[in-house]
Amino acid sequence: MNLKHVTGLLCAAAMSLALGPNADAQDKVVKIGVILPMSGGTASIGAHAKAALDVATDIINNAHPELGNFPLAKNAGLAGLGGAKVEVIIADNQGNPATGQNQALRLITEDKVAALFGSYQSGVTLTTSAIAEKYGVPFLNSESVAANLTERGFKWFFRTTPIATDFARIYVDFLADIKAQGAKTDSVALVHDNTEYGSSVANTIAGAFKEKGQPIALDVAYPVNATDVQGQVLQLKDKKPDVVIMISYTSDAILFAKTMQSLDYKPAVLLADDAGYSDPSFTKAAGKISQGVFNRSSWIVGPSGSASAVIADMYKKKSGEEMDDTVARQMQGFFVLADAIDRAGSTEPAKIQAALKATDLKPEQLMIGYKGVKFDDKGQNILASGAIIQLQDGENYVSVWPKTNAEKAPMLPYKGW
Amino acid sequence: MSFVLVQVIVGGLLLGAVYALFSSGLTLVWGMMNIVNFAHGDFVMLGMYVAYVVYTLMGGGPLLGAPLATLVLATVGVVVYFALIRDIMKGPMLAQILGTFGLALLLRYSVFWWFGANFLSMPPNIVGGTYAFAGLRIEASRLLAGVVALLVTLGLHLLLTRTSLGSKMLAVAEDQTAAQLMGIRPDTMQAIAWGIAAGATGLAGALIANFFYIVPTVGETLGIVAFVTVSLGGFGSVPGALVAGLLIGVIESLSGYLIGAVYKDIVVYVLFLLFLWFRPQGLMGKT
Repeated sequence: MNLKHVTGLLCAAAMSLALGPNADAQDKVVKIGVILPMSGGTASIGAHAKAALDVATDIINNAHPELGNFPLAKNAGLAGLGGAKVEVIIADNQGNPATGQNQALRLITEDKVAALFGSYQSGVTLTTSAIAEKYGVPFLNSESVAANLTERGFKWFFRTTPIATDFARIYVDFLADIKAQGAKTDSVALVHDNTEYGSSVANTIAGAFKEKGQPIALDVAYPVNATDVQGQVLQLKDKKPDVVIMISYTSDAILFAKTMQSLDYKPAVLLADDAGYSDPSFTKAAGKISQGVFNRSSWIVGPSGSASAVIADMYKKKSGEEMDDTVARQMQGFFVLADAIDRAGSTEPAKIQAALKATDLKPEQLMIGYKGVKFDDKGQNILASGAIIQLQDGENYVSVWPKTNAEKAPMLPYKGW
Repeated sequence: MSFVLVQVIVGGLLLGAVYALFSSGLTLVWGMMNIVNFAHGDFVMLGMYVAYVVYTLMGGGPLLGAPLATLVLATVGVVVYFALIRDIMKGPMLAQILGTFGLALLLRYSVFWWFGANFLSMPPNIVGGTYAFAGLRIEASRLLAGVVALLVTLGLHLLLTRTSLGSKMLAVAEDQTAAQLMGIRPDTMQAIAWGIAAGATGLAGALIANFFYIVPTVGETLGIVAFVTVSLGGFGSVPGALVAGLLIGVIESLSGYLIGAVYKDIVVYVLFLLFLWFRPQGLMGKT
């Protein structure tokens, strides 16, 4: 190593010292690390989420009086931190738990983020949140529904979305309700992939039906990102269950829809567990051959001028897509995290953690249809809730259950194409 | 034999023909130049997008999309050969692997950037129907892909074995220096081989687009199947790829239906490894 090299290294070191922490302090930026699938089979989800987070940071960082009393909208930046701006650093998890874990480590140790947010797939959230726990960094999850995520005794993990057990109950009640109206719902089949999401949600739903004395008639598991699902559809066609519950990501959801059409298979009731079926690109690619599919959702857009309607509009301008349930839950989760940081008045992890624990948001402070946001000891939002929606015309979902906020009556049986 | 089982086997055969269709281009390049083209799955993906663009933006049906995808991809193949392959062939094996892998990512994320990550699907078109034949259901689009797979296999096989162009290409594959002494330009022959291989792959993509979803990362899903099909069929053997594709399709369908879909890959790969143990050159590969 000659003198030139040494000088160069010294210069680099000096520059990083000068630029690193000082620059942050001057601009007052709160960095939030976001881990999402930006590539791989669920990249469309990541792209939509990125647009949603752009809108959310715009709402937080700039004054938006048109949103009325919506938290963080009125003034520019986080008032609790002297108007500090929120900066989102997005890392690509490639839909892979190991990649997600590395990205979490990088965001915490190199980017020094104040909190982590993500990671869509339950299997990836499982590993990324474990890193956050190890380093004592708050982690907010807004969309992964595998029940076990909040059963690990973690202290830094908070989840705003309703989870598999909530949905399982909704499905059981919904099916009992339409049975009372004359639909046949006696035998239920589950179709799910072999990821953390697919297998754990299938397990939870199976448990809920068993509790009601109605064991699952057929369990069809398939490897995620399948090239062909004819065998699975033929299994269903053979066993003729009344209700088929689909627990699938976008790629497989589209393949199932196409294969069901080509093999002319229609169950009386097709009920989807969000995920792929809520992806707008599913509706565009396969909506017309999936007319009448039921789905779950926490997103119901309010009347024009309401916070949810304004936000939905901003999102549509940004992304060109209609707001869907997944994106709405992600955006809501991000607002909850930003609100906690604002109340903490600090980027210190322990203070953000305490603020998250003290979170108590009312329905009117939310953009989504939860009954509120309040975390239990495990970090699960106990006020999360959802409804059943249906793709009646093959283009747009309408809410159909429970009756109190239904736009239309459920359409039966499943129409398909 | 139960009736459903017949449907499963027919479905498997059609699936296998499609596997064979998008593997033929890979086996050609692999066998003739000893280059593993990791961008192969992404060539299929490009073919799908060409078909999609032709159909949705320019109003042409699959009948126009398929030949156009063939042409576009053949051009891409020749360009890729002169811009990348010719040089990395002189380098070590690792450079070849990383070179084509880099090409795969470049293609994938260029499409990603241009079209976005959304899943696309071909609108219903003239091959969108399904034939019901004595209770069996056969998709027109899959049948078309299967028939084209047979034709492409036959065509490539005849080209390699019955024409002077084929003999020249094989001569270059056998011994470049000797071929050069006979007045054959290796560059030209290999560029033609890349053009044909990529063209066949583009055609495969355009036909698959009629019944599969279209997304920038679809090459990942399809690419791996192509590699297995080619190694089972024997490197460089076009008929081998057809037989291997059909075999894999039927085994996948049967094991998926009888044992369960999560186990079907285990069945396929255990049989695959066992087979290579006894016959490492593949079904129809040269020793």
